[in-house]
Amino acid sequence: MKAVNYMKLEIPSRSANEAFARGAAACFVSQLDPTIDELGDIKTAVSEAVTNCIVHAYPDAIGKIYISGKIFEDGTVEISVRDKGCGIEDIHKAMEPLYTSGGEERAGMGFTIMESFMDKVKVRSALGRGTTVVLRRKIVSRNIQNERL
Amino acid sequence: MELYFVFKEWRLTVYMDGELDHHTASQTMRKISEKIDIYLPRDCVLDFERVRFMDSSGIAVIIKAYHKMRQAGGRLWVDNVGKQPLKVIDAAGLDRIINIGENAQ
Repeated sequence: MKAVNYMKLEIPSRSANEAFARGAAACFVSQLDPTIDELGDIKTAVSEAVTNCIVHAYPDAIGKIYISGKIFEDGTVEISVRDKGCGIEDIHKAMEPLYTSGGEERAGMGFTIMESFMDKVKVRSALGRGTTVVLRRKIVSRNIQNERL
Repeated sequence: MELYFVFKEWRLTVYMDGELDHHTASQTMRKISEKIDIYLPRDCVLDFERVRFMDSSGIAVIIKAYHKMRQAGGRLWVDNVGKQPLKVIDAAGLDRIINIGENAQ
């Protein structure tokens, strides 16, 4: 399917940028006329993915986080969050609910929340090279939702 | 994240104002823990009315407060929760162990 619009963003892995990253993603998606709930879902998932980069990919240093977004003809949004950090050794384990390597400050629910808020979550990772999380969600425009009521 | 504490009749109410994410979580967690240690309340209420956004970092904050209150023999309540934070709480299954106030949306 062809992307009808796209955006690219690069930020350092500072926690102060979490709010900016999810806000920017929400702004990009706004052109599809989403509901407040849909925007909330996308902000939540992006916040989880970006937090993972900050906490896990670059634990002892500031690295770069690459965020890109695409909008497809059918109203599907794809947001990808990529880092060049340490990578995930066991993706299945990392995606298990309650599993965390982040200590008691982390709940181990990041991937669980991404999966329950998005239609599709894809994770690619290579040790020492980085991780890419691709989040997909179809936006049903408010106009269409109103017509259905 | 701005926090306002009110202690009255053995109840500690924490009015939270802002976005609860990884950036704000550890400080929020520390401040709430400190107040629980000082007042040893019977009930602790986290008032979410002005929490406009929360992600899984907020789950860790709630769980930490829950454990602290359990240790002190008290109860934790989460009240006035908006739609977005409530969805995160539900997705994490936290609604099964935490008392969610009736003012939740």
